[in-house]
Amino acid sequence: MTDLRIHDGPSHVPAPDPGEPALTRRSFLRTGAAAVGGMAALAAALSPLRELSSSDLPNLDQFLQKHYKEMTPDQMERALERIRAQVEERYRVRPHLRDLKPMDGVEFVYALNLSRCIGCRKCVHACVAENNQSRSPEIQYIRVIEMPRGTLDLEQGNHRYDHPTVPDANHFYLPVQCHQCANPPCVKVCPVEATWQESDGITVIDYDWCIGCRYCEAACPYWARRFNFTEPSLPREQLNPNMAYLSNRPRDKGVMEKCHFCLHRTREGRMPACVEICPTGARKFGNVLDPDSEVSQILRSKRVFVLKEEVGTLPRFFYYFDERYPNSLDPEAIEIARRLEREEGAQYGALPGSSGPNRDFVASAVAARWDAPFLPGASTIDGGAA
Amino acid sequence: MKTYLRFLWRCFRLSFMGDGRYYAWMFLLTVVVLFGINAYCKQVVQGLGTTGMTDQVSWGFYIANFTFLVGMAAAAVMLVIPVYIFRNRELHDLVIFGELFAVAAIVMAMLFVLVDLGRPDRFHHLLLRFNFPVSMLTWDVLVLNGYLLLNLHICGYLVYCAYRRREPSRAFYIPFVFVAIVWAISIHTVTAFLYSGLGGRPFWNSAVVAPRFLASAFAAGPAFLILTLSVLARFTSYPVTPKAFLTLRTVVTVSLAINMFLLGSEAFTEFYTDSAHGASAHYLFLGLHGHVALVPWIWSAIALNMAALVLLFTPWTRRLSVLQAACAMLIVGIWIEKGMGMIVPAFVPTPLGEIVEYRPTLNETLVTAGIWAGGLLLYTILVRVTVPVLSGRLTEDQDFSVALGNESGALAGIGSHGTANR
Repeated sequence: MTDLRIHDGPSHVPAPDPGEPALTRRSFLRTGAAAVGGMAALAAALSPLRELSSSDLPNLDQFLQKHYKEMTPDQMERALERIRAQVEERYRVRPHLRDLKPMDGVEFVYALNLSRCIGCRKCVHACVAENNQSRSPEIQYIRVIEMPRGTLDLEQGNHRYDHPTVPDANHFYLPVQCHQCANPPCVKVCPVEATWQESDGITVIDYDWCIGCRYCEAACPYWARRFNFTEPSLPREQLNPNMAYLSNRPRDKGVMEKCHFCLHRTREGRMPACVEICPTGARKFGNVLDPDSEVSQILRSKRVFVLKEEVGTLPRFFYYFDERYPNSLDPEAIEIARRLEREEGAQYGALPGSSGPNRDFVASAVAARWDAPFLPGASTIDGGAA
Repeated sequence: MKTYLRFLWRCFRLSFMGDGRYYAWMFLLTVVVLFGINAYCKQVVQGLGTTGMTDQVSWGFYIANFTFLVGMAAAAVMLVIPVYIFRNRELHDLVIFGELFAVAAIVMAMLFVLVDLGRPDRFHHLLLRFNFPVSMLTWDVLVLNGYLLLNLHICGYLVYCAYRRREPSRAFYIPFVFVAIVWAISIHTVTAFLYSGLGGRPFWNSAVVAPRFLASAFAAGPAFLILTLSVLARFTSYPVTPKAFLTLRTVVTVSLAINMFLLGSEAFTEFYTDSAHGASAHYLFLGLHGHVALVPWIWSAIALNMAALVLLFTPWTRRLSVLQAACAMLIVGIWIEKGMGMIVPAFVPTPLGEIVEYRPTLNETLVTAGIWAGGLLLYTILVRVTVPVLSGRLTEDQDFSVALGNESGALAGIGSHGTANR
């Protein structure tokens, strides 16, 4: 065990240098030159910071602002006033901003009739318009997936479908957004409690508290969370001034956001923007604690299901197919689609847009699984890729 | 106190002294650090859009390097255990270089988390609302900082005692050494739980992640120390015996073999079951629907690790040069396997079945290189200061010439630079 060969170190160099090194003129100049050079190099390295705009830095109020749950009503009012002033300065609009609390005796759930969804993506765009998301790159909370009939295997879906007309007869359309889980993994993993579930079932984010670690984004089984990879850009005239602290007020670079069931509307008794815009009535929303609400009736009478039940997140977002039409969409919905196509022309079936940083979307088409498609002929490869 | 400050000041001075090769090495590292700082400043101004990360692949190179480095930090325990539990004499004077590397590795790991944050200006929110014990990330913050403090204490105490020519009091460090053994295992376990606790990511949601992390760390960490110790043996008169290398070689061999076994178990479960949950593994090893970005990487990693393993089992690695080659190969192999090969595929395809590939950008690569260079800079300084102190050449009552005079090679402070000009 001792035949490991190791080089001998070079023999010792005798020390010509006596005593503790002291500053001589030459060494002083040399050290000084090195220090100056080093400082100059450091300054050059730091130079991009000159482009930091004042809005990138938190002002003192924002820096000292407490967590949402710790703010007194006074402190909340001050925070709201600061945000109003910032919005006004930036967008030249005085926003109607307030902090809306959950209503007593209310738990929101969502139900979606897959037999009526025609894949028109109107909900996607209404959501963006309502919630002041960044337009470039565009952040979308709703993703509509074109699925081959006969499967719920998400890997067979197409996220970037782009037909001249929807719906396509061989497919159905599966919109996915935040499921407002009753057992939300995103809330569990957040290291700073910047996201939590409220009593009406909505999982919210304090955009002023989020540190941007994106652990929640990794934890979400529904890919519902979005991150502001760049400074959000929102044209002044597109700002929706009706906003709440926990919902659609403008966000900063570097924080998470996601669907919050339009709480600035729903906590005042209105419907979410996606429900309101849906031309076929596929989307249903309401208070599950009220036995007479439409969603309660749907949960009682339809064979509803949730996505990825096996991950145990207990979503408040339910899907169902209309049992009257096992092999196609609801003919009434198809009729609506044809009418919209006539009325809106090229506008109809709007392009998917993008989500996340707007760089080249590397993969767009998701084909059938690698072995064999589930249904013969159910090609899911989308031609309009890349 | 005054003595202590003088000690720190002398260490500081000492870190600027060395021969031409030392200066060249430090200059190179400093340049890379400056490039990294520059790239990070750009990232601060423009946001994380300067990286290759997207909403689809929301963690990338930074978190991959973080994971790898936590393992490297934990690996110091593979020197501590032989010395303090099995009373291995050969490694006794070398343990400290493992612990010093743990310090540097933890610092790098924490920097990687810091640069990954979208809002570094809100870092203090961790102090104000700490989601403990629910969030595994808060566990990680605690164990990493605790491990850093433990190692700083152990190394700092021993080095300072040597400087004061005092016998270290066992009560002041032995208990910490034993706490650090358990702690080292905890840091990598907690980091593994960070991933394996996520039900929505089937690729990570596996009980074998933590054991695999430990096995790969205990291969890569000691392998790195073999390289460090061979530099010490080459350039200083610090005693490093052949037997020390052979002990570490055994540790590396066994750990690497276990790691390859666990990797195989993982691959078997994914591919034999062949359920939809195997999509990420398919993407990693074979590619998915023509998307093959990671395939060459993972197979290079496996090839490097297998070649290193075969070499380590043969007597050829009793030659230091071959041993060094094998170590370098497995460090790179494990860096790929548990960095890019562990973090990225969990995001491909997304939970909704979309495939978006990830490729680090230049800016992101520069930040990464900057942190690595900074960590190596720190480690070089720590080793550079520790060697003369522990060999009794720099002590309280001696002046600098002794420390410098008895040095040889790269770490010697004699020559054309600075100190010799009186």
